[in-house]
Amino acid sequence: MDITEYIKLVFTDYTLRTITLGTAILGAVTGMLGSFAVLRKQSLLGDAISHAALPGIAIAFLITGAKDSNTLLIGALISGLIGTFWIRGIVTKTHLKSDTALGLILSLFFGFGMLLLTFIQKQPNANQAGLDKYLFGQAATLVESDVWLMAIVTGICLIVMLTFWKEFKILLFDADYTQTLGFNTKFIDILITTFIVLAIVLGLQTVGVVLMSAMLLAPAAAARQWTNSLSVMVFLAAIFGAFSGVFGTAISASQNNLSTGPVIVLVAGVFVIFSFIFSPSRGLLFKQIRFIKNRRDLELHKTLAFMHHIAETHEDISHPHAIKLLNNFQGYTRSTLQKLVDKDYVELNGNMWSLTKTGFETAANLYTKQSTEDE
Amino acid sequence: MKKDSKENIKHSSPSDKTPASAGVIAVKVDDLTVAYNYKPVLWDIDLEIPEGVLMAIVGPNGAGKSTLIKSILGILKPIAGSVTIYGKPYKKQRQLVAYVPQKGSVDWDFPTTALDVVMMGTYGSLGWIKRPGQKEKKASLEALEKVGMLAFKSRQISQLSGGQQQRIFLARALVQNASIYFMDEPFQGVDATTEIAIINILKELRKAGKTVIVVHHDLQTVPEYFDWVTFLNVKKIATGPVKDIFNDDNLTKTYGINYKVSIQE
Repeated sequence: MDITEYIKLVFTDYTLRTITLGTAILGAVTGMLGSFAVLRKQSLLGDAISHAALPGIAIAFLITGAKDSNTLLIGALISGLIGTFWIRGIVTKTHLKSDTALGLILSLFFGFGMLLLTFIQKQPNANQAGLDKYLFGQAATLVESDVWLMAIVTGICLIVMLTFWKEFKILLFDADYTQTLGFNTKFIDILITTFIVLAIVLGLQTVGVVLMSAMLLAPAAAARQWTNSLSVMVFLAAIFGAFSGVFGTAISASQNNLSTGPVIVLVAGVFVIFSFIFSPSRGLLFKQIRFIKNRRDLELHKTLAFMHHIAETHEDISHPHAIKLLNNFQGYTRSTLQKLVDKDYVELNGNMWSLTKTGFETAANLYTKQSTEDE
Repeated sequence: MKKDSKENIKHSSPSDKTPASAGVIAVKVDDLTVAYNYKPVLWDIDLEIPEGVLMAIVGPNGAGKSTLIKSILGILKPIAGSVTIYGKPYKKQRQLVAYVPQKGSVDWDFPTTALDVVMMGTYGSLGWIKRPGQKEKKASLEALEKVGMLAFKSRQISQLSGGQQQRIFLARALVQNASIYFMDEPFQGVDATTEIAIINILKELRKAGKTVIVVHHDLQTVPEYFDWVTFLNVKKIATGPVKDIFNDDNLTKTYGINYKVSIQE
């Protein structure tokens, strides 16, 4: 099916509409919460949580024997939370650093989860097939009730975030200071972490254990490039996340049903790459352009300063001098001089140059101006 | 205790303290012991800080200077000991205390502006959920002006120099309008102009009757900047008026026999 056909179908086809809505909401909520994770330097937390959720899914299945997605998600939620609090415990109670704790919990829980999955697959139960969809996700299995659940959690998350915005912000910036002001930082921290766990668990069915952390990080990393305001960053991350979901679903549906989760993650990756290169203030491209421009300006200023140095010695500041004089010393080219002429700083007359009044004043103010701009 | 208050009265000059406040203990630390893992960082510290002093805490690296401040402020949990602020537990007196952490303790690439950071100083009095309004904004702008940073209010904080970032932190504490200020190395990595600007503000605070406690590294400036000093090296070595106890004997006890070398650095 091609793209136009797809767009028609989004509005008419129940399944496609459900999946598109689901991935969009999921992208928005993970992008929003991902901003907090990124700013707390807890980028890997999402990865650990999603992997830690796997044994929960398997155990929930073993206990209930049913593949009801809500039951399995509760299992995922519980084991995700256990993993998270173990990570916190390891960091506070031992010498280990957080990256070690994250790596440890991630691989241990994931290993245990895989073990349980293989165990389940050996069971003579026809119902067991399809649990491995939680590894890489399968958006096609989303039904309306899943989307409702996502929407409700996103709504609650939004309300909590707006209510505790001030507290979230100050904790993210300076946790120790927040504590001295009398805020219960543990409470704020647990609130943020719980919502991150919730968002991840919601995404497992769609994107899967392995790729889920990208949903958390990519929109946030991309959004950070475009703004210096926390609220705009969170908003942008939500937008990027939602668009990743929508575009990812569209591409996967229109291209022979490519696996949706990976496509969504790749689309989010495109947002990141685009932002890293093209962001006006932080992007690589504009940084390079600014660098080149600054260097050119500096060359120009150097020339002007040198001319000023020569002109100073004469009573008439516009006394003409030979261009050769400049060449002999520094190798200035006619094109450099032409730029100064364009700015009306210098007049050229045959092989002679002379500073204009503006040129002289500009040159005289060059250094003082630079230092005030600095301050 | 008797000795401390006697020294305090002796040291008091009319310009820095009113006679009524002389002898009032602003911060009292009893038997404070803090350990990271098995190694004690602070050992059985007893400390009384009189109201209205501008006090330096000096000591070598690893002496527990920052730890002392953080334990007083409840950021670190001590193994033993207690802290009172004007005779009551710290938790009940938070509003009286402001903290300036080390500049390096936060990520300055955080997406926010200078004014926004200063406004955070008002969050404590606002309490949970309530957002800062016009009143808080006005107070924050005034604090920015006091530290000479008003022109930078909308600047993204990563685009500020180290000295400017330190001033922002100072403004954030000023906006709390506290009685006691704890500052962790406010002069670290700032240029001479900023250092003078900061010390002038600290002296103004003292003049207004506030108590200011500063973790300080530059021993040479202690007599010039401060009127009170605490020598710390895991244990408390000495505390009292600079002119009485800032001497070779205490410096040697605190820094070991090589203290003169560390002064030259």
